Amino acid sequence: MIFEVTPSQTVGPYFAIGLPFGDQQHVVADGTPGAITITGTIYDGHGEIVPDHVVEFWQPDPEGRFADLHGYGEQSTLEGFRGFGRWCVEDGDGVYRMLTIKPGQVPFLNGGLQAPHIDVTVMARGMLHRVVTRIYFADEAQANAADPVLQTVPAERRETLLAQPTADGYQFDIHLQGPGETVFFAL
Amino acid sequence: MSTVEQQPPEVPEVREIYDPVADTPTNYRREPAEAHPPLDYPPYKSTQLRHPKQPLVYLPHTVTEITGPQLDRAVHLKPTDSDLTIQTTGEPIGERIIVSGHVYDTEGKPLRNTLVEIWQANAAGRYAHKWDRWAAPLDPNFKGAGRTVTDDHGRYEFTTIRPGPYPWGNHYNAWRPAHIHFSLLGRAFSQRLVTQMYFPDDPFFPYDPIFNSVRDEKARERMISTFSIHETQPNWAQAFKWDIYLRGPAATPFEEAF
Repeated sequence: MIFEVTPSQTVGPYFAIGLPFGDQQHVVADGTPGAITITGTIYDGHGEIVPDHVVEFWQPDPEGRFADLHGYGEQSTLEGFRGFGRWCVEDGDGVYRMLTIKPGQVPFLNGGLQAPHIDVTVMARGMLHRVVTRIYFADEAQANAADPVLQTVPAERRETLLAQPTADGYQFDIHLQGPGETVFFAL
Repeated sequence: MSTVEQQPPEVPEVREIYDPVADTPTNYRREPAEAHPPLDYPPYKSTQLRHPKQPLVYLPHTVTEITGPQLDRAVHLKPTDSDLTIQTTGEPIGERIIVSGHVYDTEGKPLRNTLVEIWQANAAGRYAHKWDRWAAPLDPNFKGAGRTVTDDHGRYEFTTIRPGPYPWGNHYNAWRPAHIHFSLLGRAFSQRLVTQMYFPDDPFFPYDPIFNSVRDEKARERMISTFSIHETQPNWAQAFKWDIYLRGPAATPFEEAF
């Protein structure tokens, strides 16, 4: 027997009541050597900022190891590494900001390596289901060129998945719709 | 509950790059389009500028998608987190209810030790949130947020106050049916789900575009809790049961691989 999944519903406008916890936007502990900030702005189809949004990251550490594996491979030994970050400020300027560390490479399905990437969930009022994207890094041209997922993205849209280097990390804007619409994935 | 017959799942073949343990899928089932609401749903007006228009790109389930956070350590759970009626010094007003159920995957396997987060309006239908300004009273003794982790059987339980329905600006005389927001992490990034639990026989169901954005009637029913006299605590609290199903493993391992 197989059961049917419970359907998704919008996170709504009032998620800030229930979703925040402590240092939620810290994928790594404060003070971790090599920590960076990944920041970006969320835009709607008119190019207006989306001030009420939830952004979540899931990623491995620089060695390509995850914090919570549920049985897969070697667990991260980086102290204070959570691998998960959540940004859920609802009256901001449309900008999310995550304290993290650049991920290492992890294997693909049948061998080979994927380019460094972060899985990202975006939710908001007006979104009945999450959207999923991946952050890749613009300064990893060689690894990106060999990444089996990135190669399936139409070449003219790959740029939307590349985080650009900044003084203290990277910038990754998310366009939910319209010109420069971010590539979202079917999971 | 709608169910279909299928062959028992095969044991996933072991790949050298991973070290799979029992009960941990290496590959999640692809969900049919009608299982979840469309991102573009004009009756819910706020979807208009917040849905992608380009086609989604197929993402294989690699190690990043089949692992996921175990947040129970990060959120520092306290006993009051699962009882929303004892989070202040006074008692909140309204019908005291126990909301409980199990978190399963679509194979019926319980998800143990997984974080369940909820938030909701008070008995008058007002959220303790600065943006909620409609003319219903706030309750100083009701914050409206809770957290727990499932036990060894995948069971969760909250004690709370039955939320009221409330008006919103989507269309003339729009009201949301009473609901509790649920957020689930599951075991894997692929299982992440945010949804809403509704109450039986809500008169606002036919008029609510968010509820009806789930186009399949049986799928809508899966969002509605059931009253349970068995779970009711005499002289204390009514009870509603609601089981949650997160996506499970694909029937055939690697059917999605390319």
